[in-house]
Amino acid sequence: MAFEHAGSVAAPDEGFARAYAHEQYGRRGESAALWVVRRDAVMEVEDFVDELGRNYHRVDGYSLKAKLAEARERAGTAPSRDR
Amino acid sequence: MTQVLQPTEQGFLEYVQRGGQVEADDWMPDEYRSRLIKFIEMHGNSELMGVLPEREWILRAPTLQRKLALTAKVQDEVGHSQLIYRVVEDLGKPRAQCLDDLVSGKTKFHNVFHYPTKTWGDVGVIAWLVDAAAIISQKALLKCSYAPYARIMKKICWEESFHILHGRDVVLTMMNGTDEQRELVQEAVTRWWPPLMQFHGNPIPAEDDPVVQWRIKTQGNEEARQQFLDGYVPQIWELGLTVPDPKLRKRDDGVWEYSEPDWDELKAVVTGHGPKTAERLEFRRVSREETEWVRSVMLAEAA
Repeated sequence: MAFEHAGSVAAPDEGFARAYAHEQYGRRGESAALWVVRRDAVMEVEDFVDELGRNYHRVDGYSLKAKLAEARERAGTAPSRDR
Repeated sequence: MTQVLQPTEQGFLEYVQRGGQVEADDWMPDEYRSRLIKFIEMHGNSELMGVLPEREWILRAPTLQRKLALTAKVQDEVGHSQLIYRVVEDLGKPRAQCLDDLVSGKTKFHNVFHYPTKTWGDVGVIAWLVDAAAIISQKALLKCSYAPYARIMKKICWEESFHILHGRDVVLTMMNGTDEQRELVQEAVTRWWPPLMQFHGNPIPAEDDPVVQWRIKTQGNEEARQQFLDGYVPQIWELGLTVPDPKLRKRDDGVWEYSEPDWDELKAVVTGHGPKTAERLEFRRVSREETEWVRSVMLAEAA
């Protein structure tokens, strides 16, 4: 199961952060695991720029539907339209 | 992922109306931020003040099991207020200021928490029907444009669902008990009905409600009230209980008709003139004063 962001706590130090995280996000067995981390320890990794349109290394970068339909027509193996 | 937001009020409005989500560090119009703070803060205040009517019954609960369940419910509600004030803090208003404004009467909390509890029947009726009315609004908030608030609403709705079951269990136990117990429940329903009908607020058309326009609320007041009636009046009637409104009925088109709630009463109560407002705010003020030394010690030691 993936970790998901539950919320935040305001605490003066680590000890309180643990206690508050437990009380406010973990008292009812909501999770199998709980992490609390200082906000300034989280580093955002910036946007990925894609000027060359590198969609050859993404599964959704290939659009085969139209090409497949054409190839099947040519081979005479197109599925029957009758339902 | 940083959302692509046009930093103009119009662009932002279109964005949220399309279902766009806003995070704490996204640009937002000042008006959106201030309405959001006001709305969310009132919710936090309500969770905190809402424990007081129920807290009065912990020592008087009829069984140990009920005492434990009621204590857990009170803890949950206070926990909710902590989660909610945390969201308000990130929007720019410190918790200490929220609590000062609550206690001084500057900010509001929901009407239902300004009324007294008279019997154990009230405890059941509050957990069942008041929490039900609240959960309807809270479920609609799951789609709030402001994402940090929508996220904590998930946990809040989850916990509220056990509160409602607790309330129903208390009510059913009494309804299956003695005539005297049934009388207590009926009397509580009769007394709580007017505040329940006022709870969702007077009907405001969506176009005139900025909180709906900004997608902070995604459901109009009347829609929420209709959902409440549709879900809970049948539950009330099937127990043989009556609702003190001769006009209450469901039309063929599915719309519930009812007597016009007293909007003047609602206004008076939420502006601080409820039967228990002063007493409960005083309690908050005193407990805040008495615990000041704890906060000072905690913050000094941690510094």
